[in-house]
Amino acid sequence: MPYIPHTPDDLQEMLSVVGVRTLDDLFADIPPDMRPQSFNLPKGQGEAAVCAYFEDLAAKNSPDMISFLGAGYYAHQIPRAVDALAGRSEFYTAYTPYQAECSQGTLQAIFEFQTAVSRLMDMDCANASVYDGGTALFEAAMMAVRATRRRVLVVDEAVNPVWRVMLGTYISSLDLELKTVRQRDGVSDLAGLVAAVDDSCAAVLVQNPNFFGAVADYTELFAAARAHKAFGVISVYPVMQAVLRTPGEMGADVAVAEAQSLGQPLSFGGPYLGVMACRKEHIRQFPGRIAGRTTDLDGKTGYVLTLQAREQHIRRAKATSNICSNQALCALRALIHMSLLGPTGLTRVAENNMALARYAVERLTALKGVELLNDAPFGNEVALRLPIPAEPLVDMLTSHGCVPGYPVGRYYPGMENVLLLACTELNSRRQIGFLAETVGGLL
Amino acid sequence: MKTIFAKSVPGRCAWEIESDAPGAADMLPAGLLRKAPPRLPECSELDVVRHFTGLSRLNYSVDANFYPLGSCTMKYNPKFTEYVAALPGFSRLHPMLAQLSRGAACTQGALQCLHETERWLCELTGMKAFTFQPMAGANGEFTGVKLIAAYHKARGRTRKKMLIPDAAHGTNPASAALAGFETVNIESRDGMVDPEALMAALAAHGEDVAGLMMTCPNTLGLMEVHLPRIVEELRKVDALLYYDGANMNAIMGKMRVGDVGFDVVHLNVHKTLGTPHGGGGPGAGPVGVGERLLPFLPAPRVAMREDGSYRLEYNLPQSIGYMGPFYGSFGVVVKALAYMLRLGGEGLTRASEYAALNANYLKKRLEDVLDVPFARRFCAHEFVASAPEGMRALDIAKALLDRGFHAPTIYFPLIVKECLMAEPTETESKETLDAYVDALREIVAQGKADPQSLTDAPVSLPVRRMDETAAARQMVLTEDMA
Amino acid sequence: MSNAPAGILYSKSHEWARLEGDQAVIGITAFAQESLGDITYVELPQAGDTLAADKEFGSVESVKAASDLISPVDGEVLEVNTALEDAPEKCNSDPYGEGWLVRVKLSGKPEGLMDAAAYEAFCATEAH
Repeated sequence: MPYIPHTPDDLQEMLSVVGVRTLDDLFADIPPDMRPQSFNLPKGQGEAAVCAYFEDLAAKNSPDMISFLGAGYYAHQIPRAVDALAGRSEFYTAYTPYQAECSQGTLQAIFEFQTAVSRLMDMDCANASVYDGGTALFEAAMMAVRATRRRVLVVDEAVNPVWRVMLGTYISSLDLELKTVRQRDGVSDLAGLVAAVDDSCAAVLVQNPNFFGAVADYTELFAAARAHKAFGVISVYPVMQAVLRTPGEMGADVAVAEAQSLGQPLSFGGPYLGVMACRKEHIRQFPGRIAGRTTDLDGKTGYVLTLQAREQHIRRAKATSNICSNQALCALRALIHMSLLGPTGLTRVAENNMALARYAVERLTALKGVELLNDAPFGNEVALRLPIPAEPLVDMLTSHGCVPGYPVGRYYPGMENVLLLACTELNSRRQIGFLAETVGGLL
Repeated sequence: MKTIFAKSVPGRCAWEIESDAPGAADMLPAGLLRKAPPRLPECSELDVVRHFTGLSRLNYSVDANFYPLGSCTMKYNPKFTEYVAALPGFSRLHPMLAQLSRGAACTQGALQCLHETERWLCELTGMKAFTFQPMAGANGEFTGVKLIAAYHKARGRTRKKMLIPDAAHGTNPASAALAGFETVNIESRDGMVDPEALMAALAAHGEDVAGLMMTCPNTLGLMEVHLPRIVEELRKVDALLYYDGANMNAIMGKMRVGDVGFDVVHLNVHKTLGTPHGGGGPGAGPVGVGERLLPFLPAPRVAMREDGSYRLEYNLPQSIGYMGPFYGSFGVVVKALAYMLRLGGEGLTRASEYAALNANYLKKRLEDVLDVPFARRFCAHEFVASAPEGMRALDIAKALLDRGFHAPTIYFPLIVKECLMAEPTETESKETLDAYVDALREIVAQGKADPQSLTDAPVSLPVRRMDETAAARQMVLTEDMA
Repeated sequence: MSNAPAGILYSKSHEWARLEGDQAVIGITAFAQESLGDITYVELPQAGDTLAADKEFGSVESVKAASDLISPVDGEVLEVNTALEDAPEKCNSDPYGEGWLVRVKLSGKPEGLMDAAAYEAFCATEAH
């Protein structure tokens, strides 16, 4: 029996200690009429057979096409050392560090992760992570709702539409109102956002670069929010954050991110990593786990989970969130990734990606009818207006082994001709050349 | 151990890509750039490897220690599932590829994985359908209660009350509150939901009751004997029944929650289906529903075409929306499917049987060491015990650490005093359980002879007991807050 | 059992109120701080907020517990004890003195509160 160590002798001896004859006797509390009406599951298979099954399934996917698909989730190089270290089972077969004395590895890693995130964002502190970028945005909004006791959330339409749908779903049974400020040709409407913030507003939620890749400075917006005692919340792309003006410099109250790009494989949608950082005065509103540094009985430095009185196992229905875990292993991967790249490595990746995106723009806008959607500054991702609908073009190119980007019209009606294209260090000038030639041939 | 930041040396870099890109200042206006690079660690690859290898050695883990943490199902995690999930055909796959009509053809293997896992979970639980979107158990709970809210809303009514037995997990009331419900506590009697308390709650709130969230077997490790009555009473007011799947490892092959009347269930695949706990995550919390909640499941769902190929269905008019960005913790779900395929239906049943055997064996052998309530009943996959009179659960837990065992869950459930809640799981051998019993016997004897010696524990670990009060008051949460 | 000082009023949720003319000073009792253990944080209302008897007006946290503060009186907050922000431990060390929480301008006569003797008897039943 796989993974069950009991020998027949063990079984007999243990049954007799318990005082029953068969294993099923232990389930006497489940009467016959509550037993399964059906349980038609196949027989178990050997490890090799199961591996072969998955190798076949994996081979039915095409992960290695040339791809310019981003839209919030990016294929980056991941150093092998990330896999090797996060693959140490002392990390991955442990659980939430309830017993601090035998969990210093996990706890110190969380503390270091909080430090790295805070420094990347230029904020006072961070938590141990939440599920993903969408939940991070929701949790940030809820921090503002609790702190301000207001019920209106102003959100930029150029925030990732997937996260906006999540936000709408998550708050749908709460008495909150979502006010969406329209973007214009992929550019966030700063004046419109400022105008939408008033004394009823709990928070204004923006993203930098926004979903369309446009980079902006939200300092004035956050100042306006502060003047109305509302929260300024910003979602960032951690790789680009290595070079972009920080949430701290802009005066954000809470900064969040989908940190998949820091050492997590794309893995068809998860597991991912939601990152949250905030100003010190909002710490009590933080959801989820937080590690803190303290000392032991002998005065030796160590780490514990702290501020637990906010959490569900103590406050139950009054907790700051129902979250009772974090994405510890994903956070560890992100920390190792950031430690290997350091400021120089991460900056170099950001600059390389931005330069490639500029080359792609140069080559593609040289084609007849292709133009930039707007003249806003951009990072490694950019929206292009095509002379034809983007979705059929994406389909055609995908058949040629190249995914040219994301057809924005899926989430933005009226923008059917817009293609969102991202570059990372996994792309090359040669690939961009191929893309431009293939697109040119189809227009 | 020093932090990675304290080991940083300016100028070191373990990972720098080949690039002839210009500096960011040549590509963006200065006002949009950060003033100084982020102060991340500057280390060589070996510095980083030594640091994290060192940290890993400060942890207890299932692979190194018996880890009987109650309600967490710390069973052995088969190694081959790591290989399976890391196959490049899965790990390099962009989720949005599947949304494109040609792209879906490039993700058929991944979609098939999800579809296959859904079929397994439906047969395992007796539910009609599963969504994989919830990213952990608590997220699954939240999804489940939102589905209940959607059900009542679709019938043109607002119901505000969620009934929650006092032996439920703390996440239950937190999730219910987040979905806009007011929680009504149902007291237990003799370790079971008190039918009179339930009737009183139903009488008081009547048709304002949206549903009841149950952990079954409950957090005392006991099978709920009033289940048929509970189902019947809730049906009378068209309230729905939620099954908290945290304790699913107790009932595989013995009871299907769909068959006995539950409308919605979340599973913790990192507990029941052998995927690693990751030091706190990532998990996955797929949610299964019966017929009545089917229309409200989150979007998208994986559908099979007539030709046997798979596609994503986003057009679900009554759907509650997106609970996660895509299709859940895919990398975790793949491991769960691998585990189920390896064990088969028979192996899953065995897992629950041996989980119950190990728990009952441990409980029996500890009856003369700890104060074991409900001793005459069989427990399910876990059981509760109180520290002997005059001793504290916390001290016993810490003394176990000194002997190389992870502690059981302590001080939970709250309704048992000085509670130690142990869940040995099926993958532990008799020798391990015996050694654990011996250790506890020794600790209790030591505690009786020399109470002070227990309050000193642990003494053999990297640190001794931590000053949690100072941690909470001083709030040093990053290197820069020191 | 802790000695409840005479001359002030007590609630069943373990808050005290010291009446001073049309004002009252409110705090938590020694019994409350002992049950909570080391207090790490006190969440208080702001000056100008309205308190209602038997309604929550803040919370106190210790390492492993949190408890709502329930107002013993009706009134408007005049002053809060800002010293607790940095030194919540004052609630442990001097619950009836330096650990006071808020000063309130009363808007009605306090009702249903106990004197010291009644409160001590009440605590004896709670402590089982």
